[in-house]
Amino acid sequence: MIVAVLQFPGSNCDQDVVHALGTVLGADARLVWHGDAGLPTGTDLVVLPGGFSYGDYLRSGAIAARSPIMVPVRAFAESGGTVLGICNGFQVLTEAGMLPGALLRNAGVQFVCRDVCLRVESQASALTARLQPGSLHVMPVAHREGNYFADEPTLAALEATGRVLLRYADPLTGEASREANPNGSAHGIAAIANKKGNVIGMMPHPERAVDAELGPVGGRVMLEGLLTEVRRRN
Amino acid sequence: MFDLTPELIARHGLTPDEYADIQRRLGRLPTFEELGVFSAMWSEHCAYKSSRIHFGLLPTTGPHVLLGPGENAGLVAIGPDRQGRQWAAAFKMESHNHPSFLEPVQGAATGVGGILRDVFTMGARPIAILNALRFGAPDHPRTRSLVAGVVQGVGGYGNCIGVPTVGGNCGFDACYDGNILVNAFALGVVPVDRVFKGAATGVGNPVIYVGSATGRDGLHGATMASAAFDATAKDQRPAVQVGDPFQEKLLLEACLELFAEDWLAGIQDMGAAGLTSSAFEMASRAGLGMSLNLNAVPMRAANLTAYELLLSESQERMLLVARRGCEDRVRAVCDKWGLESAVIGSVTDTGRMVCRFDGATVVDVPVAAVVDDAPSYDRPRRPPADLEERRRLDLSDLPDLADPGDLLALMAHPEIASKRWIWQQYDHTVRNGTKVGPGAADAAVIRVHENGARLALAVDCTERYGFADPWACGALAVAEAVRNLSCVGAEPLGLTDCLNFGNPEDPEVMWQLVEAMRGVGDAARALGAPVVSGNVSLYNATAGESILPTPMIAAVGRLPDGVQPVSSGFVSAGDEVWLLGSFRPSLGASRWLHQKRGRHAGRVAEVDLAAEAAVSALVRRLVGDGVARNAHDLSDGGLAVALAECAVAHADRPFAVACQLPEPAQSGGALRVTERLFGETGACVLIGALSGHRALIAQLAAEAGVSSMRLGVVGTQGDEFVLGPLVVPLVALAKAHAQGFEQVVLGGESGGRQPPSQH
Repeated sequence: MIVAVLQFPGSNCDQDVVHALGTVLGADARLVWHGDAGLPTGTDLVVLPGGFSYGDYLRSGAIAARSPIMVPVRAFAESGGTVLGICNGFQVLTEAGMLPGALLRNAGVQFVCRDVCLRVESQASALTARLQPGSLHVMPVAHREGNYFADEPTLAALEATGRVLLRYADPLTGEASREANPNGSAHGIAAIANKKGNVIGMMPHPERAVDAELGPVGGRVMLEGLLTEVRRRN
Repeated sequence: MFDLTPELIARHGLTPDEYADIQRRLGRLPTFEELGVFSAMWSEHCAYKSSRIHFGLLPTTGPHVLLGPGENAGLVAIGPDRQGRQWAAAFKMESHNHPSFLEPVQGAATGVGGILRDVFTMGARPIAILNALRFGAPDHPRTRSLVAGVVQGVGGYGNCIGVPTVGGNCGFDACYDGNILVNAFALGVVPVDRVFKGAATGVGNPVIYVGSATGRDGLHGATMASAAFDATAKDQRPAVQVGDPFQEKLLLEACLELFAEDWLAGIQDMGAAGLTSSAFEMASRAGLGMSLNLNAVPMRAANLTAYELLLSESQERMLLVARRGCEDRVRAVCDKWGLESAVIGSVTDTGRMVCRFDGATVVDVPVAAVVDDAPSYDRPRRPPADLEERRRLDLSDLPDLADPGDLLALMAHPEIASKRWIWQQYDHTVRNGTKVGPGAADAAVIRVHENGARLALAVDCTERYGFADPWACGALAVAEAVRNLSCVGAEPLGLTDCLNFGNPEDPEVMWQLVEAMRGVGDAARALGAPVVSGNVSLYNATAGESILPTPMIAAVGRLPDGVQPVSSGFVSAGDEVWLLGSFRPSLGASRWLHQKRGRHAGRVAEVDLAAEAAVSALVRRLVGDGVARNAHDLSDGGLAVALAECAVAHADRPFAVACQLPEPAQSGGALRVTERLFGETGACVLIGALSGHRALIAQLAAEAGVSSMRLGVVGTQGDEFVLGPLVVPLVALAKAHAQGFEQVVLGGESGGRQPPSQH
């Protein structure tokens, strides 16, 4: 199981993803340089990690979306390969046009770092295929631009086709609420997929919630499910 | 050319005597560039000329210390990894006070950037940041924007570079109205056999400049940091640097890649006084000289002069000394990370710093004359003339009531209220090693991936105590930091200090500085926590008014294997509440008294360092054995506030409390109720424990020579906070604590600038 973890200048969750998928979950997770022309032979999964690619001095993710490695990543996705963008990685995927919509500045304007509770909305992706619909998972967010936006027809299409994968929810009631939503994202959206369900973007950080010694492990079950599902599909 | 007028020399912050000394050492008049070099290197900021003579007051060695002060950061041992390789933690704290007042976002950001470079210069990957902030009175017109700007600056830098900001503290006092404090701490980890040092060793080795190109920003920042503010302070804005955390991230990764090879002889970041200080300090440490071609320095502004190239404080730059023949490989790594690099000179055996620009020699001075022989003053000092007046405590006009409004006002004071508004803007979970983050316990706890060690971090100082007793202020800053480590079960490994004081040319300030250093030293020895690195920031004064003495102390500790840290707050209804330590509170210098009077008065309760050591050891034992289920020390606001903080640590599910108000330990006159409720004292810790552990706790405390008292129980029902005669609705208490910071400092829904109790 080869996982290509892209390393853009300014990525800062790259090593956390390698730690979670490699050290903790046993995959062969490798860093792949943004300037490379190709992915490692036999790549099963591509992960775009969080961070501030190229400093995010332009729109977040805008420059990374145009870096050389994104050419083979796009081809990999078009041939059905699974691509997961986390946080800045999600921003890169929207900037690359591989996912619809955009991530705006948080409604609260400020950077927000806290644990959130996520409710599984759909199994129509490798990330969520093995999770119970309606089940809740706790993990941190840490971003300033996580406010998902798309026009109403796009949102309606995402909802209608099960492409809203995760929604921010209240940990006590399991209901999506304004208080549970850390950034004001439309429909409380935390994660979406493309039409084929193989390109996935999420703002929360599952790789930061894999180790019981450090706190909630809501990310572990999610990433384990992802690896199992990718293995099955390949 | 230029005239060496007395005005020019004075503008360089040099006294007539210092200037005469420079001429004597050179045997001639200095060049303009040399004047700039001496000005920066002999500034208070770089040369510690008022404080250096007193450094001997601080203990710097101990069983865990691998490297004390003198390098870019100190080092303590943190144990081996699975392969048996020994690891060290490199850490240091530094101030960025003056720039942050002028330009809060960039000043605070570059403060974080600078301390991170100090740490990774040692070869260490930074894994944690702390920040300690002091602002003016909450209702001062500038406070709101300064708070917002500084927090944005600290967060923006750490968040982008991907190092978690895991803890800190934030205080308010009118003495900082015109001179805020921004102290940033960073810690990194490095294998002991891969530690790098800032020495320019190896005659003939190339000197390589890496990082951002040089501009005009931050010219004479070190000199600015060594002068008090006056009404024209904003004219100094060009002296503030602009930070680029993305560039620093590239620099960090490139340096770590270089450290893994054997290509470097030495490395130092370009901090205060820029290229000048890094070149001189590296040459000085090696006892060698250096020859530099300033025309080779990468530039981002047109027509930079030699003077500007030497003294610019442009950020995100490093000076490397490579082993001869390795320069191309070094530069290839820089290229990979998109960093500018240039060979700008070489190491020589002359002992002189020689800089050439446009074909002329602009600097040619002995390195030792600039670095080792920098002036060091034993400045006059004397206690404040009104010391007796400051120490007098007269409470006769204040009613002695158990007033719920007093506790609510204290809990809502921005110094005590939850700092969630701050730390939620800091990424505290990146790097996947944060075991206990901000706001959860008395110290932060991080896990080191490389060897599994769990390190605890705390930063403390109560400057109020320095008003009438700077020795106690220094001693209690150390004691509280170590106590906070103990509350999560950690043994201290070492300290770093950031000594923020006023104008050292004022003998009363100088007395405060030396007294506080004596206090830090005495407590550090008593508690087995040596000072391994630090920083002195003087001239924190505006319009002749110096700040309160603020000896900020950060402590680093380690949790023994198997020990699980506990939270500050109560964890379970039915737990019994214990007070450990001799309860001898005083309202002198207390937060309560300041709240009542609007000014400082009196002296903090007597400091007992032996009792501090005993209490800390007992708490570590109780946490380590799993007996203490939570632990929180008494500090600002005394017992009532400490107990209330335990009750409302989780604002959405606070615990009712029913406790008796203990009698003070000493015999003789009974204390006032307000003194027992809100009086402050060291060496006291609250814990929660199962009732089945009563006898065990009493026995362990007795063996440790520590008083112990069972105060009551964490409520199984009810919605009140009860401490003797003081009864407060739990909901109000939780709300005051949760919302106080925003309401008071930032103007919440109430728009209030006053504590809620005064509405």
